[in-house]
Amino acid sequence: MRNKALAAPYLVWMAIFTVIPLGIVVWFAFTDSVTGAFTLGNLARMGTYMPIFLKSIWLAVISSAICLVIGYPVAYYIAGTSAGKQRFFYMLVMLPMCMSFLLRTLAWVALLEDTGIINNCIRALGMKPLPLIRNDGAVVLGMVYNYLPYMIMPLYTVLIKLDDKLVEAAQDLGCTPAQVFAKVTLPLSVPGIISGFTMVFVPAVSTFYISQKMGSSGTTLIGDVIESQFKAAYNPNLGAALSLVLMVLVLACVAVMNRFSDGEEVATI
Amino acid sequence: MRTFNKVFTFIVFVFLYIPMIVLAVASFNTGTDIAVWKGFTFGQYGALFQDGVLLPLLGNSVIVAVISSLVATVLGTAAALGIRAMSPRMRSITMSVTNIPMTNPEIVTGVSLALLFAFIGQIMKINNVMGFATLLIAHITFNLPYVILSVMPKLGQMDPHLRDAALDLGCTPVQAFFKVIIHEILPGILSGALMAFTMSLDDFVISYFVYGPGFVTLPVEIYNYTKKPLQPKIYALFTLLFLVILAVMVLMNLLQAHDENRRRQGRGVFGRKKEVTT
Amino acid sequence: MKKRVFAALAALVLCVCLLPAPEARAAENVINVYNWGQYISDGSDGYIDVNAAFEEATGIKVNYMTFDSNESMYTKLKTGGSSYDVIIPSDYMIARLIDEGLLVPLNFDNIPNYQYIDEAYLNTDYDPDNVYSVPYTWGTVGVIYNSAYVDEADVGSWELLWNQKYSGKILMFDNPRDSFAIAESLLGYSLNTRDADELRAAADKLIEQKPLVQAYVMDQIFDKMERGEAWIAPYYAGDYLLMAEENEDLEFYFPQEGFNFFIDAMCIPTSCSNKEGAEAYINFLCSPEISGQNLDYLGYSTPITAAKEYMDEEMSASEIAYPSEETLANGESFLYLDAESTQLMDSLWLEVKTEGGVSYGPIIGIAAVVVIVAAYFIYRSRKLKRRKSKR
Repeated sequence: MRNKALAAPYLVWMAIFTVIPLGIVVWFAFTDSVTGAFTLGNLARMGTYMPIFLKSIWLAVISSAICLVIGYPVAYYIAGTSAGKQRFFYMLVMLPMCMSFLLRTLAWVALLEDTGIINNCIRALGMKPLPLIRNDGAVVLGMVYNYLPYMIMPLYTVLIKLDDKLVEAAQDLGCTPAQVFAKVTLPLSVPGIISGFTMVFVPAVSTFYISQKMGSSGTTLIGDVIESQFKAAYNPNLGAALSLVLMVLVLACVAVMNRFSDGEEVATI
Repeated sequence: MRTFNKVFTFIVFVFLYIPMIVLAVASFNTGTDIAVWKGFTFGQYGALFQDGVLLPLLGNSVIVAVISSLVATVLGTAAALGIRAMSPRMRSITMSVTNIPMTNPEIVTGVSLALLFAFIGQIMKINNVMGFATLLIAHITFNLPYVILSVMPKLGQMDPHLRDAALDLGCTPVQAFFKVIIHEILPGILSGALMAFTMSLDDFVISYFVYGPGFVTLPVEIYNYTKKPLQPKIYALFTLLFLVILAVMVLMNLLQAHDENRRRQGRGVFGRKKEVTT
Repeated sequence: MKKRVFAALAALVLCVCLLPAPEARAAENVINVYNWGQYISDGSDGYIDVNAAFEEATGIKVNYMTFDSNESMYTKLKTGGSSYDVIIPSDYMIARLIDEGLLVPLNFDNIPNYQYIDEAYLNTDYDPDNVYSVPYTWGTVGVIYNSAYVDEADVGSWELLWNQKYSGKILMFDNPRDSFAIAESLLGYSLNTRDADELRAAADKLIEQKPLVQAYVMDQIFDKMERGEAWIAPYYAGDYLLMAEENEDLEFYFPQEGFNFFIDAMCIPTSCSNKEGAEAYINFLCSPEISGQNLDYLGYSTPITAAKEYMDEEMSASEIAYPSEETLANGESFLYLDAESTQLMDSLWLEVKTEGGVSYGPIIGIAAVVVIVAAYFIYRSRKLKRRKSKR
């Protein structure tokens, strides 16, 4: 049983379908779209996209932070309920993720628009409509909504492993509930926090649909640019270069975050 | 504090489900606009069942999701077991490779796989390489990391001596494997499988680049509608799907709760008390 | 032993997965059709289901796939790996495909219904010898506005979309060719200019407009105009007719500077596997009865005069769906710009879309985060050092 051979089919699979395609991406990033020759030109264009990169990262960081703040109490509560209820809540959290991402985003658009559902109610009450959409706030809302389950689940997984005896010990030693949380619970849940943050940050930084539907005409994120290179503009070389840079940035962020956990086991779901 | 958490959790769940409610209401709307209520009708559901296109697409999505999550679960669990036995260096390399699909934007994964398949198609002189197989392979590829990352922690938590204890008590290695190891990591396997199914069911980005004629999935089809507005039948489909999945989850939950109850009380499968054996 | 069983099982599963790979299409008569999304009557609202009718009439099964723009279709075709039998792109894209040798000449012996196509839509700029394509629909682009909010005095020209009075209520096309066409019309250039300076000027005009634009959209136009979320939008005449049914305040006009006139046509790519089936499909769509019923549902205009008999009276008599010769003279259709100009237009379009100035928020925010994280690490390493030195 304890045999490395078990992992063999998986390694073969990954080599063919993950490593080689990655090589293809790198190859495209360094070739010219018209002539096919080796070039650093694609990467040189990264400078013009720096503001977009920064904006995408910034919005993703904000969304991840908000998800953390919202998700932690929820995960904490679920971890404290009985086993049967936990399963039920777990499924309830996962259910929205099964449903069409596109339709859910469109539903939010219908809710937030100036003539949308929320503003219709506000108008019925006699007040002026609020500008709820076509700004960065709406994009953050969209990201938080779509990726919140990805934060709750790793947090929950870590919190249920928490040994009650440690909490009891801390209380016996005279800690207030706040101190128990800050000195025992929070540090022990750090792997989950990192996991959750990563799982929200990565899709948030590369998202494209949300910004198109809920952002202003000026909100173009790096995901939009990459999507247009691969779909509309047929410039896979530039798209590959952008993706490579994005990947490197994300890996750098993840590496930094892993440093927070003092080398404990990382990435649980 | 506990009540605050409870209320907060409730509010968050409402937040998570608002779009579902909006779309469910829209499915009964006579008009096409989600935000404008025109009248109540079951007409969209009728149109949905008459439509010969959407339901097969949903069927396709489910087929791909089920098969890819099953294969990913088997491969991934085996991989997790194997990775456990590796040297630390091999392990960290493998885990980095595992993380690649997750840290890569989905578009990049989709495009790179499409290019790979096209290249293979050229070499093997197959004109029509994109199809069900390529779609399935792509889904399995992005599902695998989720399964592995679900199972690994459970493996880590497991007491390594349990297997030895089982062998000492007379189990064959096969029995030890299934009764002890699999049993211990089962929650990880199940949650990994569930995640894989979920990711697969709703994927449209990666699927868009690798699907072929003859086998289209629902999210990709919706993604392709841009020139004209969405037909309300789709909201009906969405609501139905939501209710079905909810029902399945509730059912699974009840079954598991019943199972646990019965085990606690020492009853057999059909509820009769087991005889106490010495 | 166990691991070998496991490995064998895994291999078996992999093999099973790869079985459906080369689809046995020779066995049954199948064609793959690649068309715009929601661009064929599919049986909803009581209209005809064209694909089902075709399958019944000929016994050939239709695998129907959709794309959301000419460019996406081109990308999918270029990436390879899929074989399509019938594709229905727009005029300029057909010109590009012909230029790159990606289409096969049609065998018109298999398309007798070709005789019904109006003279006016043959011998086009993109397919001058009528070798590769058969028109499917044609249409025009004009301005839709909400008469309840827009002053009648302001209409008549493309300038309405640059009118400060309606800032935030103006929509624009979310694709480069249609948007650039509007700017080019306004500046008096040809819609097919390859001149870098003219393209630059058009891009600048679009950037000038950007603060007034509510959003760059395609299908969202329907909801936004019908609901009054936006008041002014350029879009296709056929779709205006559908929107007008929902909101009677909506009006339409052809701008005086000129507008885009398009033809979407059916052709067969070189990667096809069932050419005869494809030609049968094209033939079917050209029959006046089918064309009439199909386009009645779509709202766009049919290139087959005889088909008007099968359409709703109101639709076939509409001045907007079928404008007079005089009006049409002001229309210009798209040609394919060469590779260089296309790339220039794409990068200019990207510039227009990403124009928003450098906002300092993200920079400050990220700088702050980096500083905080760095401070934390420094603090932590100092604490560890202190602990070590205490021992």
